Amino acid sequence: MPQLNNETKHLEAIVKSAPLEEIPTNVLVVGVGGQGVIMISKVLAALCQEQGFDVKQSEVHGMAKRGGSVFSHVRFGRQVFSPTIPKGDADILVALEWAEGLRWLPYLKPEKGIFIGDTQRIVPPFACRDRRRFAASGYVQESVDQVIRLVPNSSAMDAVAMARELGVPKAANTILLGALSTTLNFEEAAWKSVIARFVPPKTVDANLQAFDSGRAWIRNFDRQADSAMEAGTALDSGAWPMEQDQTWVEINTAWCKSCDICVKLCPERCLALDDQQLVQLIKPEACTGCRVCERLCPDFAINIHTPAFPELRP
Amino acid sequence: MGKQMTETIETAAVKSPQTLEKLEKAQAKPMMGNEAIARGAWEAGAKVASAYPGTPSTEILESLATYPAEDIEAQWATNEKVAYDVATGASLSGVRAFAAMKHVGLNVAADALMSQTYIGVNAGLVIAVCDDPGIHSSQNEQDTRLLAQLAMAPVLEPSDAQEALDFTRLAFEVSEEFDTPVILRSNTRLSHTRSLVNVGERLQKKPNNFIDDRKKSVMIPLHARMRHPILLEREKSLTKYFNQSDLTRWEKGSTEIGIITVGISYSYVKEVLPSASVLKLASSYPLAEERVREFCQSVDRVIVVEELEPVVENSVRLLGLEVEGKSFFPRVGEFSPELVRECFEKAGVLEANRQPPVLEVPPMPRPPLLCSGCPHSSSYMALRAINARVAGDIGCYTLSVMEPLHALDTTVAMGSSIGNAVGMAKGGNEERPIVATIGDSTFLHAGIPPLIDAVYNQANITVMLLDNHTTAMTGGQDHAGTGKTLRGESVERVDFEQLVRSIGVKWVRKTDSYNLGQVYQILREAIKFKGVSVIISDRPCVLDPMKIKGTPYQAVLESCTGCQSCMNLGCPAINWSDEMYDGHHKVTIDQAQCMGCSLCAQVCSEDAIHLVTN
Repeated sequence: MPQLNNETKHLEAIVKSAPLEEIPTNVLVVGVGGQGVIMISKVLAALCQEQGFDVKQSEVHGMAKRGGSVFSHVRFGRQVFSPTIPKGDADILVALEWAEGLRWLPYLKPEKGIFIGDTQRIVPPFACRDRRRFAASGYVQESVDQVIRLVPNSSAMDAVAMARELGVPKAANTILLGALSTTLNFEEAAWKSVIARFVPPKTVDANLQAFDSGRAWIRNFDRQADSAMEAGTALDSGAWPMEQDQTWVEINTAWCKSCDICVKLCPERCLALDDQQLVQLIKPEACTGCRVCERLCPDFAINIHTPAFPELRP
Repeated sequence: MGKQMTETIETAAVKSPQTLEKLEKAQAKPMMGNEAIARGAWEAGAKVASAYPGTPSTEILESLATYPAEDIEAQWATNEKVAYDVATGASLSGVRAFAAMKHVGLNVAADALMSQTYIGVNAGLVIAVCDDPGIHSSQNEQDTRLLAQLAMAPVLEPSDAQEALDFTRLAFEVSEEFDTPVILRSNTRLSHTRSLVNVGERLQKKPNNFIDDRKKSVMIPLHARMRHPILLEREKSLTKYFNQSDLTRWEKGSTEIGIITVGISYSYVKEVLPSASVLKLASSYPLAEERVREFCQSVDRVIVVEELEPVVENSVRLLGLEVEGKSFFPRVGEFSPELVRECFEKAGVLEANRQPPVLEVPPMPRPPLLCSGCPHSSSYMALRAINARVAGDIGCYTLSVMEPLHALDTTVAMGSSIGNAVGMAKGGNEERPIVATIGDSTFLHAGIPPLIDAVYNQANITVMLLDNHTTAMTGGQDHAGTGKTLRGESVERVDFEQLVRSIGVKWVRKTDSYNLGQVYQILREAIKFKGVSVIISDRPCVLDPMKIKGTPYQAVLESCTGCQSCMNLGCPAINWSDEMYDGHHKVTIDQAQCMGCSLCAQVCSEDAIHLVTN
């Protein structure tokens, strides 16, 4: 059973260090575009300013709208110099997406850093580019269970499912904000007043409810651990073992009338017309045996032969 | 050395007291570097501001446009040179003027800048230039300071948002005092970091009269020869100014090690080596020579810490002083506190003191993609299918170089595509059809002269003008082809078809980017035409000016054969489902992301993609 190790002890550590010491507190918020990474970091930054801290919040714009990864560094303390968190110095890492959390783990303070991860997986199409038969997804393979066991002070929650249960599917980021709030020494009311300023007026109540549920969830992490872990394990399936998969493209050139349909529509672009305007396979290694050419050839000039995998068929 | 510095130093480094005092005040505002620069220009009383959008500088003008229109004319220019010329004209006419651009934008404006520095200013003239070390969103990471040296224009380099505001305001004073345009150099990190800023009031300034001095403002050889020595004098006066100004800040600390630094690098130095003596320069050019000399004499060892090129380091060496710098610090990429620490370790200033991370997982690639429903996808699908040699340009469509579209062969600079294509055609070495692809905003920026060249020199090329009615890559800014200004007023829209015809292009067709069959067909006809053919592929961007969301499509799993042809569009809404067919994943369409462009349904050979019906 994975545990949120030393949770209380660590909480004290952060409480003490924040307002008094010279060293700034570092919170790294990561995810992908559209998840609300910037909202979380803006709320935190505004709160820190209200409490009299110097604060810097740094993010790189541009790619967020286009599905790239998004990250925001929030640093607060008596005086903050560097806009970015030094690698290995993040006190808290909040990840709104699972693979993004893993990407940024090296930024977390070893031993003492706190990791709060959403188990939501947003699989990029890039991870599904391998079209060979039974190819595995390129998404990170590390399960929630493994990570929670290896990283001290870590907790993983399915905030999206929690938000859906609450009837506010878009408030997953506020749930994580609630979880984050338990690790910093600011009054609950102060958090809430800032959140109320940042979310659309009509959604204030729903967001505050989401915030509460995030707080409650972290406090009861052990009790809820089971369900989170189950979700993690379930998400792990789906990778198929890769096997030697030889596809044979049989082209009957006598029947080819150079219509070019197969060449234009081959997803891997591995066919071409030769000098005599007859179709030929130019990139056999790229062929995935998808059969588009076979099905579209008006003259039945192409046959695809793939070995059967009866034992693997779903 | 080698021992840890922190223990041997008696006095803590001087904190920047201004910052702390200012934080006491309640009105400190969290501002992005770019917003602070805009605020600085507004407070300085700038009357005219012009820019062409470019990451990371775009938000400067967008932010200026939020100030009252009666205070400041804030406008998008066709390109950076136009922006700079507009600002110059305003300055010469007697009002304070401002231009903003990214580092590569300054190349476009450089032609004007190099001679404008000979002329000088009437009222203050400031150019904000944002570098992109680390190449987050650019085609190179050139160092603006080298161009500034060449133009002999002083550069001010803020290290945080407060300084961004203060330095911008001050830059106008420096400009007027020394009769020179001033470059305010930011970078991606500073421009996009929010920190607390104390703001001031707008300076109410009466315009100056136009100065009737043609020897100063008309650069014919006779006049220019007279002006050049004046520039050298100006350089000397500016050196004196930076020697005396408290902009050049000496923070006394250890005498064993002294750091000379400038701009954002200062914040990393203070983070990593808080107790060293630091000479914080406000300007890399001209250098505060006397202060640097004094500083170097006061410490045993001097290291210069600056991002990108060794501009300060080389200048200090020219003074005959011994300094180190780029022997430890890289000339490429962006600095970070951990990198600066590593370099100090290499230099023997700090001892290695790092614990291994708890868990290191090889990062999964998550590259940016063309959006779901992006009208560019169909054009590149078709280009790939006709096996074209594609000269690309700068814009979102550069992303089509990635799998699966994989359809770009070159990308050099704004507007290069058409000229590159002409060269490829004239080389006579290319058997594949040669196509230049260029977006609407880029075409207006720098694509018209090369198209004229193509027609004039009778090149056999096809130009695909990808008209998505916005400047998409930088977040959807208006331009002369959208019919809206920066402040949202409606104006005449450039008619691309008429424009292209007036140049002398005989073969022009317009097509709907969402009609894949038509795009293919027109492209095939275009490449058969001998001479310059132009296709205008027309569809608004799905994100800007408004997010387009129609009825989504769904994949019918019973019919899907897992050929994944639809995934060749590179649409982020289409992905593997858990169901398989003959060892291949069938596809699924994320209805939240799908905006209903129908391209995937057009591609599907099994008719397995249908509109969602309730």
